[in-house]
Amino acid sequence: MSGLNFVPAPLAQLPWRILLLVIAIGGFDLFVLYSAAGGSIRPWALSQGIRFVVFLAGAIALSRVRETTWSSLALPAYGVLCVLLVLVELIGAVRGGGQRWLDLGIGFRLQPSELMKPCIVLACAKFYDMLPPNETRRFGAIWPAALLILVPAALVMKQPDLGTALMITIGGVTVMFLAGVPLRLFIGGALALGAAVPLTVNFVLRGYQRNRIMVFLDPESDPLGIGYHISQSKIAIGSGGIFGKGFLNGTQSHLDYLPEGHTDFALATMMEEWGLVGGVLLIIAFVGIVQWGLAASLQAQSRFARLTAAGLAATIFYYVAINMAMVMGLAPVVGVPLPLISNGGSSQMTFMLCLGILMSIDRTNRQTTRW
Amino acid sequence: MKRATFAQSPRMVTEASQSYSFSRRAILLGGLQGAVGVALAGRMAWLAIAENARYSSLSESNRVNMTLVPPRRGWIVDRHGVPIANNRTDFRVDIIPDRLENKGHVLGLLRDILKLPPEEMDRLVADLEHAAGFQPVQVAENLDWERFAAVSVRLPELPGVAPTRGFSRSYPAGAAVAHLTGYVGAASAEQYKQTRDPLMVTPGFKLGKDGLEKTLESTLRGVAGQKRVEVTARGKLVAELATKPDQPGTNARLTIDAGLQEYAARRLGTQSGSVVVIDVATGEMLAMVSMPAYDPNTFSDGISHLEWKMLSDNDHVPLMNKVLQGLYPPGSTVKPMNGLALLGAGVPASDRVVCTGALRVGTGIFHCHKKSGHGALDLKNAIMQSCDIYFYEMIRRLGYDHVAPVARRLGLGQKFDLPFNSQRYGTVPDTAWKLRRYKQPWTVPDSLNASIGQGYVLTNPLQLAVMASRLASGRALQPSILADHVHADAPALPIQPDHLQTIHEAMWGVVNGGGTGGAARMLIPGVQLAGKTGTAQVRRITMAERAGGVLKNGALPFKMRDHALFQGFAPHDKPRYAIGVVLEHGGHTVRNLDTPAIARDIMTYLFDRDRALASLAEAEPTWGGDIKTRMAAETAVYRAAAGAPPLAVGAQTELNATAPTDAPAVRAASAADVAAAEDLANSAAPGNTVAEDGTTERDVP
Repeated sequence: MSGLNFVPAPLAQLPWRILLLVIAIGGFDLFVLYSAAGGSIRPWALSQGIRFVVFLAGAIALSRVRETTWSSLALPAYGVLCVLLVLVELIGAVRGGGQRWLDLGIGFRLQPSELMKPCIVLACAKFYDMLPPNETRRFGAIWPAALLILVPAALVMKQPDLGTALMITIGGVTVMFLAGVPLRLFIGGALALGAAVPLTVNFVLRGYQRNRIMVFLDPESDPLGIGYHISQSKIAIGSGGIFGKGFLNGTQSHLDYLPEGHTDFALATMMEEWGLVGGVLLIIAFVGIVQWGLAASLQAQSRFARLTAAGLAATIFYYVAINMAMVMGLAPVVGVPLPLISNGGSSQMTFMLCLGILMSIDRTNRQTTRW
Repeated sequence: MKRATFAQSPRMVTEASQSYSFSRRAILLGGLQGAVGVALAGRMAWLAIAENARYSSLSESNRVNMTLVPPRRGWIVDRHGVPIANNRTDFRVDIIPDRLENKGHVLGLLRDILKLPPEEMDRLVADLEHAAGFQPVQVAENLDWERFAAVSVRLPELPGVAPTRGFSRSYPAGAAVAHLTGYVGAASAEQYKQTRDPLMVTPGFKLGKDGLEKTLESTLRGVAGQKRVEVTARGKLVAELATKPDQPGTNARLTIDAGLQEYAARRLGTQSGSVVVIDVATGEMLAMVSMPAYDPNTFSDGISHLEWKMLSDNDHVPLMNKVLQGLYPPGSTVKPMNGLALLGAGVPASDRVVCTGALRVGTGIFHCHKKSGHGALDLKNAIMQSCDIYFYEMIRRLGYDHVAPVARRLGLGQKFDLPFNSQRYGTVPDTAWKLRRYKQPWTVPDSLNASIGQGYVLTNPLQLAVMASRLASGRALQPSILADHVHADAPALPIQPDHLQTIHEAMWGVVNGGGTGGAARMLIPGVQLAGKTGTAQVRRITMAERAGGVLKNGALPFKMRDHALFQGFAPHDKPRYAIGVVLEHGGHTVRNLDTPAIARDIMTYLFDRDRALASLAEAEPTWGGDIKTRMAAETAVYRAAAGAPPLAVGAQTELNATAPTDAPAVRAASAADVAAAEDLANSAAPGNTVAEDGTTERDVP
């Protein structure tokens, strides 16, 4: 990568291949949002573009942060976020109703649950980094990590935000898996989960959450109510065919049949106009990013870096996979956006945070492998 | 400190083995992720390729909103092309629920502009609640231009309101054709459920509910047009797409003569009666009238409960199509037919019977309508004077089983191929029939009663007219009403021409030779009517009453009065037209509203229209004016008696009312008629010694 001598060293050292991929996806998204707004850069494309540039710059800046800094920041950041989550809960309780945002004044609203998605990975990685190797298969290797996951997941669940709680949980569990916790636990856990789902659906979930799952199982049962989202999204994707209806020609999105066509269901908006080709290319792009993250983790020297990189790559993967499955009627509508494609700062920021940390680890890898 | 361990055999975990385990698991994870990626791409391909056609059409049906344009209904025209049922331009106002904003305000404005009555507002609110999306909901139809224009002008204040010009059914002759055409109405909820045809719930669409409108529905309906617009999910119109015009239904041409039909209906005046006129050359029906009737124009708009009740309560049974549903003992109108049967059985026309006014049979006495008796009579005179004793005696000798086949051959008790639901066919009794029906043997009194068209004999007015046409032509004419379904070339009946000639002469004598039907004599040079009168008794006359003088019909309650009948044809020498007239409980009370005079005038119309119209114009005011005037007056009286307010404009209910000819009132009325007739017949049966209850034909001057 350093063959280009006339480029300043810090710039040349950036992982350009992955950055170009990210810029391609983000740039493509501007066309999608432009079309979703009926051929207008307002209200979505422009602000999404500005945010994209700002957050990408932020991610590049984060890539300069040293790996050891992440390691030492992991647990304090986790602690702060937990406190913020409690705070959100308190304010939400005061105002009545669900509350996810923490208003920091000056027009900036912080969503701590969003930051928790990468942070849980860092925290769990840090925990397993500190754990002596021969403790890995002991009970002491499990309950602290489980507690680390359970506290924020429960707080987010209470907001209520099923999608984010799910993301936090599987992000943490993935790190546990990578850290070498006995495989039997995961198999047993999966079985227990299978048994627990019906109970959860019936006793834990709120009315609308339960509805979403019921409707997921049988979308046609409620074509005008909540099943409407899934049906209309499938119609958009299905009617797009192989090459799509063409840029600005989507009817499902332009005539408002597709709800949330610029946020959670942006994939359907995109595929209606760009077809199967657009969808598959997007999958390939995301697979490329995730595989690059996994490759970085395999090259990493420290246990913390290995776990963090693989965990963050997995987090990006879960984002994409859950959203796509949901939009195509393979998973319940749980409110997970598609990073870089769905309009919205939170998922953009989370993705860039993951990207920044991954780039930082990647940079460390290349520096250490140099001698 | 002992720790719990999860390993089955405690294994030393070192940094190296940990790193190895991580790599394995990370690669496993990467593989799983790749697999999920492939699965997602597969799902995309499934939706976009395999299910592409299905989802494309769903997307298209999302985008394009189709509203149906009700097809213009085919006309029903008479034999000369004159419309009996046509379509007139109708101004209507609908609401498109999706576009409705500020519902309360809009509805309030509409109520004020259109002067909608409260019950209509309730109906509208209920309809709007059940309405979904783009399907228009009717606010009002049949609006006059002023109110329609008032809505059109204020449209900017009325989002979602759609004034449209449509078509609605019109019957120029009103009640005169009610039982011929039937009427149209909005489809019932059940009809929609059965067909799932969206046209059924399109405002302005009407389908046939009774009569020809119902039986010819598939011909008359046509194909709906389509209006296609591109709309957003919220119902906002984006663009108008191509519109497909409606295909009007096919016109149906009848054999009916609209002028004659209306004339006959008016000529019946206040009577509860029916008239059928048949073309003797072809069997085509020129008129089929049942009066009084409902107005199919108001029925098609939907009528109120009160109107329905008024029609149901009327003892003249306006809801019944008496031509096909009314069953009456034919009385003496069967005597020419009896004569044919006697001649056919070898009885010479010159054979005489002495009428003394009464005939003893077994333990009973059968009376002639002429108390003093007719003296010695041959066949022709027996028919002309309508002597009962002659036919009692002759048919007692012959046996009714020799008469019944002739009756059937002439059309009595027969089914005809006509496009009407709910027809009744009556009875021609004989030994086998009675055994089947009552498990009793045929008796001599049965023969006697049947010989004068009473007892078990029942016929509908159409059969009466068919009998007249077959007597006139000597051919097995089949009545037809659709111009393209005429049963021409009817075969000759197995009747000897000289027998027919004898009967024609006798029927000529009834009207023109000093017989009972003198009032039917026509005043047109060269055209003479041949016919036969009839009276059908509906009550028992006791010995005591007979001794004190039989009560005059005028003194009896309506339901107890005799039915009055007439059948005949003209001109007598070259028959062109045959007619059957039945006046239910007519009772021969008012001369110019009696069967012979009515038959005469209707026949006159066919040969000299102006003369017929002139005489009607003179007579009509004496019985309260034309049909419309009398109906309006009756309605006003009924409403006043019921304490109901005058009819509100645009009021509609009872859209799903049963078809008139299926109405409970009609069933009850016809059931009662038949029951009364059968009861009368049975009371003359052996074991019941009131044979004095023979029936009478009163002298008709």
